[in-house]
Amino acid sequence: MSTVVATPRRRGLPGFWTVIFGLIFALFLYVTFVRFSQGLGASTNLSDAFPWGLWIGFDILCGVGLAAGAFTIMATVHLFNIRRFEPIVRPTVLTGYLGYLFVVIGLMFDLGQPWRIWHAIVFWNPHSVMFEVAWCVMLYTSVLTLEFIPLVLERFRFDRLRRILHNVNTPLVVLGVLLSTLHQSSLGSLYLIVPSKLYPLWYSPMLPVLFYVSAIGAGLGMIIVESWLSGRAFGRELEMDLLEPLGRAMVVMLGIFGVLRVQSLLREGALGLAFQPDYEGRMFLAEFGLGVLLPIALLVWPRIRKSQTGLVAGGTLAVLGFILHRLNVSVTGLERASGTHYVPSWMEVTVSVGLVAMGFAAFALAVRYLPVFPPHAAEPAHQPPGGWSGAPGA
Amino acid sequence: MSWGLLFDSTRCIGCGACSAGCKEQNALPDKIEAKTTAYTWTVVEQRGGANVRRLCMHCLTPTCVSVCPVGAMKKTKAGPVDYDPDLCIGCRYCIMACPFNVPKYQWDRLLPVVGKCVMCAPRVAAGKPTACATVCPTGATTFGDRDALIREARERIAREPGRYVDRVYGVEEAGGTSVLMLAGTSFAELGLPENLPREPLPMLTWQVLSHLPDVIAVAAVGLFGIHWITERRTEVRAAEGGDGPVEPPAPTHRGRSGS
Repeated sequence: MSTVVATPRRRGLPGFWTVIFGLIFALFLYVTFVRFSQGLGASTNLSDAFPWGLWIGFDILCGVGLAAGAFTIMATVHLFNIRRFEPIVRPTVLTGYLGYLFVVIGLMFDLGQPWRIWHAIVFWNPHSVMFEVAWCVMLYTSVLTLEFIPLVLERFRFDRLRRILHNVNTPLVVLGVLLSTLHQSSLGSLYLIVPSKLYPLWYSPMLPVLFYVSAIGAGLGMIIVESWLSGRAFGRELEMDLLEPLGRAMVVMLGIFGVLRVQSLLREGALGLAFQPDYEGRMFLAEFGLGVLLPIALLVWPRIRKSQTGLVAGGTLAVLGFILHRLNVSVTGLERASGTHYVPSWMEVTVSVGLVAMGFAAFALAVRYLPVFPPHAAEPAHQPPGGWSGAPGA
Repeated sequence: MSWGLLFDSTRCIGCGACSAGCKEQNALPDKIEAKTTAYTWTVVEQRGGANVRRLCMHCLTPTCVSVCPVGAMKKTKAGPVDYDPDLCIGCRYCIMACPFNVPKYQWDRLLPVVGKCVMCAPRVAAGKPTACATVCPTGATTFGDRDALIREARERIAREPGRYVDRVYGVEEAGGTSVLMLAGTSFAELGLPENLPREPLPMLTWQVLSHLPDVIAVAAVGLFGIHWITERRTEVRAAEGGDGPVEPPAPTHRGRSGS
């Protein structure tokens, strides 16, 4: 019964996206072949001067950050006990789970010796931020697997197993929040050790906090964007009564991020650099103006926030601003010190785009075959009592 | 005893014997490139009218050792920062993080490893000087105990103050390095970074990492506690005949939007 989720899948142009995805996937296969038969030099524009590029900056840093919605929503529903967000738990956990799976796949492309990825389990260096990130991502991906598995168990009616998992739910959620807090912030800590290389507009002792806060904000934004996309793809109504308060929470996180960002720039005496008419200055203004200030300015207005278009626009801007911030930390901010200008090769771009596309495809498949969304009939049940208007105190 | 190298730029004639000696000692391809690569671990560059060697500085508290997730980089007791290619997973964090841009990568290989000067670790462990110091015809590169080399460098400056900039590079930079340098012009002109802190860079991340166990413990208690409190509230409300555990209204929202 619960698999009623499948809806009129194709309306309008049936072939268009299929063709685009097919094309991307074909290119992706070709690049995969080149990467794993000829190496990083043949497939990337990386060099000794610029050893980390798009795959680290986008696939890893953004992939992990954008999947932060999963632990945020799990904490909201299962720890803070705000149960009305229950209907978006499953799609969000699915997004997070797929996000981490594709981060790991991206990592296999980026590592010079991908077949030794298990070394991090056996050979320890607790002084390394990368070591900590590796362990947390590994463990959290396992946690997400356990949080995702119930969908499969429900689909195939393995009720005994499901009940066992249900009983360890709280420790699992706590573990997930802890692990996420650790590695989301540690992705920022990765850059603490390059004060002489990272441009002052992006280097800050606050990087771990900034990465953590921005991940929660972007994770919330991603839930809005993902709801909108799946709404369009599967002909579902947007749950505005749930997404609107998420929009508020996102504005709060963006606000905290913005204040922390300006504070740390002031403390480092780097704020003036933001208004230099150079490459870094422009990139900073784009990131901060379009990705932080604009979405806040839009979404503080109830009229805009409560309209679908407004909310989705705000969420999209926040997600794009987040991506720009992480790319600025990992690419833009390191270019000056490296003495080179890094532009990813078309193969690097293909892998990143391909991973995102496969993420969408996997999401769509999961929605078709697993009880990701609550059945339509049950939907009104959670709407009348409470609703977002029941919480004006915030 | 911690060994080191002293490179005196004013004595270097740029003959490249060090590069050739290094290649032979470490079984690297013969071709000496213009810059250091994964296959050429040391070169002599012409900068500001002076000759300057490029090689690993062998930091006392090395950034590469600290960042490597699998411990492929090791600071040996004898002084060299050694590299074990069999452990390396190829994350390239060492290349990204090294303040002196020393580690290089075999970008042309399918299963590449890092290449960098290892200060002839096996020789040095046996108490023998490095290949580059052995073959240097002018004594521009000398091998010895690090403290003795610092004294020697300061004596040279005192003897011929006009010849040298009054500073031994590597005594304090990034917490100090096993390789020390003397120069007749500013070190910035020789291409050595001048914006490095005096504390070892790994302190910057260790300050954060070392607190994590405490954070985990406190946060775990806090999270379970929040769950316990919110769950209890729901139960109480249900017992009082509220609308059941499904919809806890107002109070809990404060917690969420405040976080």
